Amino acid sequence: MHNNNRKIADEIIFRSGVNVRKCMKCGKCSGTCPAYDEMEYHPHQFVYMVETGDIEPLMNSKSLYMCLSCFACVERCPRGVEPAKLIEAVRNAQVRQQDKNHMTANDVPAKLDENIPQQAIVSALRKYRK
Amino acid sequence: MKVSYFPGCTLKNKARDLDLYARRCAEVLGVTLEEIENWQCCGGVFTSKDEPVSKLSSVRALKWAKENEQPLVSVCSACHNVLKQTNYLMQTDDGFCTKVNRYMAEPTAYDGSTQVYHYLEMLRDLVGFDKIREAIVNPLKGKKIAAYYGCLLLRPSNIMQMDDAENPTIFEELIKAMGAEPVAYSMRNECCGGYVTMENPEFAKRKSLEITKNAQAQGADLIVTACPLCKYNLEKNTDSIPVVYFTELLAEALGVKEETESA
Repeated sequence: MHNNNRKIADEIIFRSGVNVRKCMKCGKCSGTCPAYDEMEYHPHQFVYMVETGDIEPLMNSKSLYMCLSCFACVERCPRGVEPAKLIEAVRNAQVRQQDKNHMTANDVPAKLDENIPQQAIVSALRKYRK
Repeated sequence: MKVSYFPGCTLKNKARDLDLYARRCAEVLGVTLEEIENWQCCGGVFTSKDEPVSKLSSVRALKWAKENEQPLVSVCSACHNVLKQTNYLMQTDDGFCTKVNRYMAEPTAYDGSTQVYHYLEMLRDLVGFDKIREAIVNPLKGKKIAAYYGCLLLRPSNIMQMDDAENPTIFEELIKAMGAEPVAYSMRNECCGGYVTMENPEFAKRKSLEITKNAQAQGADLIVTACPLCKYNLEKNTDSIPVVYFTELLAEALGVKEETESA
């Protein structure tokens, strides 16, 4: 099982194009993340846990769906680590498995109000399902 | 001057006013927005380069512009972000570019050479703020306006290259050109809560209030934005400051707001 986690982590690193070893653990990514309070695992923890292959807690965490893709962490990392790209790759690894969509089209009507822009719906569906 | 125009899904529906004012203002300023034929939704958010198929609609739009030898312009911050980031991958990532072109299997390949402009950049770089200043018939004197950039216009800055990501000025320059006074506030490039508003409206409320309160504390009486989702989140969560599209304000300053509304 441990070896399998390593394999998934390596695939995530490859697909994201992120070099996790550049991280100097300053925490700026998490400090600037607008969703910090809502996350169980924060951007700097994604970087560290993918590096060490501790991948299962990340894949099962709701933190994946709190990343706003606002690129604040990418912009402000002094080492150019690009944590959002890593979170994105973990999300892909999770929702690409069978029956792991976080949201489907059937869930949408209940979440709508009169003014919600189409942009919100297409973005959420793009992020929350494969 | 003619440019290729990608309106995007929201500008054809909930944000129709953003689109109508943009078209009318461009006309006044001597730019024809030529809508791309059969454009498709950009997907709303740029995911990873590992999802090339989700970028095909962007590549098709970019290719249409190239074949018409025009720059590609969009108004919605999200569309612009996706188009620009996709174009960057087409320019710089051979694997991505090859995969996309093979998938599309069109007679000619696309190489990422289209110039991609946000409408604000079009105003600054193709029209010029000086020309806008001269075209203003109804200066917005005395209005204190907070420009809300949000996240999508500026980041990642090495790709978007619109402005300094932490100290941008393009929006403020436009506000000055329209005769109003820009208000500096620190939350102008922080995220409103984005699409997470769908499943966690309370979170989006907190994020939006941080922004609107900060703008008000700095003396703003109006917030302008280019993004329909920012506008939705900010408007939904405050009733103490109006939030308007920048194109609406520009139409007002150019003296064409009322005729656009009644058209």
